[in-house]
Amino acid sequence: MTFQELILRLQTFWAERGCVLQQPYDVEVGAGTMAPETFLRVLGPQPYKVAYVQPSRRPADGRYGENPNRLFKHMQLQVILKPPPENVQELYLESLGAIGIDLHQHDIKFEEDNWEAPTLSAWGVGWQVILDGLEITQFTYFQQCGGVDLFPICAELTYGLERIAAFLQDVDSIYDIVWARDPDTGSVVKYGNVRLADELQFSVYNFEAADVEKTWKHFDLYEAECKALIEQYVMLSKKDRDEDKNEDKDEPARDLVAEKRRFPLLAAYDLCLKCSHLFNILDARGAISVTERVGVIARVRALAVGIARAWVDQQKNESAETAKSDEPEPAHEKKLGREKLTPVG
Amino acid sequence: MPDLLLELGCEEIPARMIDAASAELRERVVALLNRERLAGGEVTSFDTPRRLSVLASNVATAQADVVEQLTGPSVNVAYKDGQPTPAAHAFAKKAGVDVSQLDKITTPKGEYIAAKVTKKGRTAAEVFADHLPKELATIYWPKNMYWRKPSERFVRPVRWLVAMLDDQTIPLEFDGIRAGNNSRGHRILSDDSVAIPRAGSAYVDALRAAKVLGRAEREQQIRKALDSATRTIPGARWREDKPLLDTVVNLTEFPSAILGSFDPQFLALPEEVLVTVMRDHQKYFAIEDTHGKLAPHFLAVLNTESDPQSLIRHGNERVLRARFNDARFFWETDQKKSLLERHELLRHVTFQKDLGSYYDKTQRVQRLCSWLSEILKQHEIPVRPGVIHKAACLSKTDLTTELVKEFTELQGVVGGLYARVQQLDPSLPEATRLAIADAIYDHYKPESTDDDVPRSMEGAVLSIGDKADTIAGMFALGLVPSGSKDPFALRRQANGIVKIVAEKKLPLRLTEMMRDAHAGYRGSEAERKFVSDEQFSQSISAFFRERLEFYLRDLRGYSYDVVKAVLGANADDVVDALERAEAVKQVLHMPEFQAIGAACKRIRNILRQAAEKRIEPTAKFEYLPDAAHEEKMLMAYLEQTGSRIEAHRRKKEYFDALTLLATSREPVDAFFDKVMVMVDDAKIRANRLALLRTLLHEFSTIADFSEIVAEGKS
Repeated sequence: MTFQELILRLQTFWAERGCVLQQPYDVEVGAGTMAPETFLRVLGPQPYKVAYVQPSRRPADGRYGENPNRLFKHMQLQVILKPPPENVQELYLESLGAIGIDLHQHDIKFEEDNWEAPTLSAWGVGWQVILDGLEITQFTYFQQCGGVDLFPICAELTYGLERIAAFLQDVDSIYDIVWARDPDTGSVVKYGNVRLADELQFSVYNFEAADVEKTWKHFDLYEAECKALIEQYVMLSKKDRDEDKNEDKDEPARDLVAEKRRFPLLAAYDLCLKCSHLFNILDARGAISVTERVGVIARVRALAVGIARAWVDQQKNESAETAKSDEPEPAHEKKLGREKLTPVG
Repeated sequence: MPDLLLELGCEEIPARMIDAASAELRERVVALLNRERLAGGEVTSFDTPRRLSVLASNVATAQADVVEQLTGPSVNVAYKDGQPTPAAHAFAKKAGVDVSQLDKITTPKGEYIAAKVTKKGRTAAEVFADHLPKELATIYWPKNMYWRKPSERFVRPVRWLVAMLDDQTIPLEFDGIRAGNNSRGHRILSDDSVAIPRAGSAYVDALRAAKVLGRAEREQQIRKALDSATRTIPGARWREDKPLLDTVVNLTEFPSAILGSFDPQFLALPEEVLVTVMRDHQKYFAIEDTHGKLAPHFLAVLNTESDPQSLIRHGNERVLRARFNDARFFWETDQKKSLLERHELLRHVTFQKDLGSYYDKTQRVQRLCSWLSEILKQHEIPVRPGVIHKAACLSKTDLTTELVKEFTELQGVVGGLYARVQQLDPSLPEATRLAIADAIYDHYKPESTDDDVPRSMEGAVLSIGDKADTIAGMFALGLVPSGSKDPFALRRQANGIVKIVAEKKLPLRLTEMMRDAHAGYRGSEAERKFVSDEQFSQSISAFFRERLEFYLRDLRGYSYDVVKAVLGANADDVVDALERAEAVKQVLHMPEFQAIGAACKRIRNILRQAAEKRIEPTAKFEYLPDAAHEEKMLMAYLEQTGSRIEAHRRKKEYFDALTLLATSREPVDAFFDKVMVMVDDAKIRANRLALLRTLLHEFSTIADFSEIVAEGKS
């Protein structure tokens, strides 16, 4: 099975189970989780199912194309199921069948691994899925994103595509993975043919060439613009709340709703992603001391958290209509539930 | 008497949490059965990664009825002219009995009417349906989650529930799941749904048929599989590793094992690195040959029955090869920059945000270690300060290596390994270089209470210096461990210091050492954030006293009162405390010391009461002309025997000192029998108080005997 067949089969599998097939996000991200299709969609009450491939850039992981197992940019296939179906684990195992893995011939384990992304103030609980000793998927029940408690939660399945392909093709180097095979001539294009130059040149850039001063400047600029947008939105929603208090909410209120609705939070999020990526470059460049690190992470996190909050607020208007059909939990049940609270570790 | 079965089916529970949760659930069910008067036979647990179960045999079908007596109005009110009044009728109605069945009872307040009411016991099914969900909900998890409602938390989503009394399902519900009689078998090896015919052994049999084994059986099966896989290599043995075994037992429902191999070329890498990759990252068991050397093989435990086509073995070998290649790559990359060159890099590695870099730490540790070595030399303990100085300088440089960044658990070890292969200083003799390497290698030891202390004296001093510096800095910042919170593992590090000092028999005073470690921060940026010196010494000595108590009690097995008594006298010198503890333990059974303990308490009380009344003892007792006979005897005893005890004490002959001290019982008892201390005559009173104070001091230099718990009372 070629690399592209692997992707196609997984996409088909999840499309057949009701997922929207998205395309990779076109801003640099470190993981599929950071694409807005995950980061923003998991917030709020709207159910959503989506699958997409996300090339994920991690500048510090680059090895100039010399290490057979490590990449600056790897591909994840990201699946978000919100809310998670009861049989989500079984569905996942079925998807392995779809890519030709007969579980009766292999050893599969779910080993505890709790995912956490401090830059996004996001975390979840789950496993790494181990197939014959190889970690092939990160399986996470999201609990919090952008500092916001999720309800409903979602399941996030992140397939490590290169690892799975190398496993299926039984090759020791990622660069030997067959990416495509011409059905007429049988000639193959390998992962190395497609991506090696990428790995080499970006390693050079990230480790050697990136101008530290300018990269910091870019970071500051993107941050400033993102912050400004978040602040504008905060002002807007404050105005909205103030108007809400006034009894006569006629035209001006409706204007505010429209203004909020068209507010470019998605653009603000792109700016936040830029910051995150620039941070990674600076990190790879060795330009951030350990002491500074914590501070810079906190700056990116502040943006992510600000956007997540604003987004939840913005979506309230969007979902106001559909939400009416969602029955709220009966009050007595809520009370019962609270009694069962388990001590949190 | 039916059997009870409760099975909670869950998505894979983290291996590290299963044993504790399973034991807790069992205890909860035992307590519930007792509380609800349903207890019968044995209660056992059954657990796998996907389930926690409890089986209770022969529980009661229902609670026994309870007869209660309800008290009604007084007889005067209840009867008029021998006839029941409306009040009596009302009471009888409320109690559900006929008015003729009312009794008369006598209470302290007078005669009242009463009714016997039988409270019907509930059926076991009712009680379980009511209570078991609560027990499940309150199991403690180190980390939990919600998936349905934020108010319902469990370790992972609950997917099924079985609750049965014999063959009857108990109608209970937990986290939105209704209990039934359908369990699930092994994910791959069985059909998913398993009907449980009835509680008891039938449950275990049904699961076994569905390729699910209980914990003990899994462990046994794994051991067998490891043995038989290893047998294919003549003379080889798998390395026993209990924590790893516990992990794989709890990662499988139906385990087996395969033997894999790797390229013997990798054996050129240090064994520590290979074993860490195998054990910590891949959960493989290592295999050694007849000489105890690592063999180019490994054992992987599978959660499936077999590997007929060797696909699993092939896959695992492939992963291990990649991991070993990485390790080799890191090892080779790291050699491009020697540890000496890496020392400068430590300026950019933060030790703690307020306490500066590892470069700063290294300098402090060097100073502290030379001070420690100085003390050892004064006590004629052979130590090489030059080796320690160099080792301290390089001890943290491995934090900048790729290998440690990848395998953080190998910090120290990697530094030691690199120091062994690198040319540190051409002028150094080979033996010195190896001594430096060993000290670096060992300087995180002991990493747990079971771990060994550093092999050499140099390693021991470096380890103590490193830990003392960390503890001093954190305490000075007020970052003191409390309850379960100890993010910098300061308790473990202090335990390490105590253990090294005790086992290497080092003449180091804890408070003095920590004061010096604290002084290492003088003039640094951090000082502005420090708590007061007084607060520092107070918290540090309380902390180390606790650690020493822990060491003496939990690791050396001294009883609570011996430890209290010994540390009550002095808790600063670890080696001395150990010697005193041993002597105290030996004399403790002597009846004299029970008496001495009582006398100590008595003296303390008298002195305290005197102090409260502002009555001062004289500076030193003297022979007053009108002193009582017993008083004079005690004085004479103290003067004669006291100096002999003191001589033994100075020579640390604590057992001899204590045996001699035991002879004080007679004069002391006589004194208390015949002499009154708090007499009106101020001079005599003050003199007697002085005598008692001297006596108490004599009793308390080796141990504070007032802490001794009288036998039978403990």
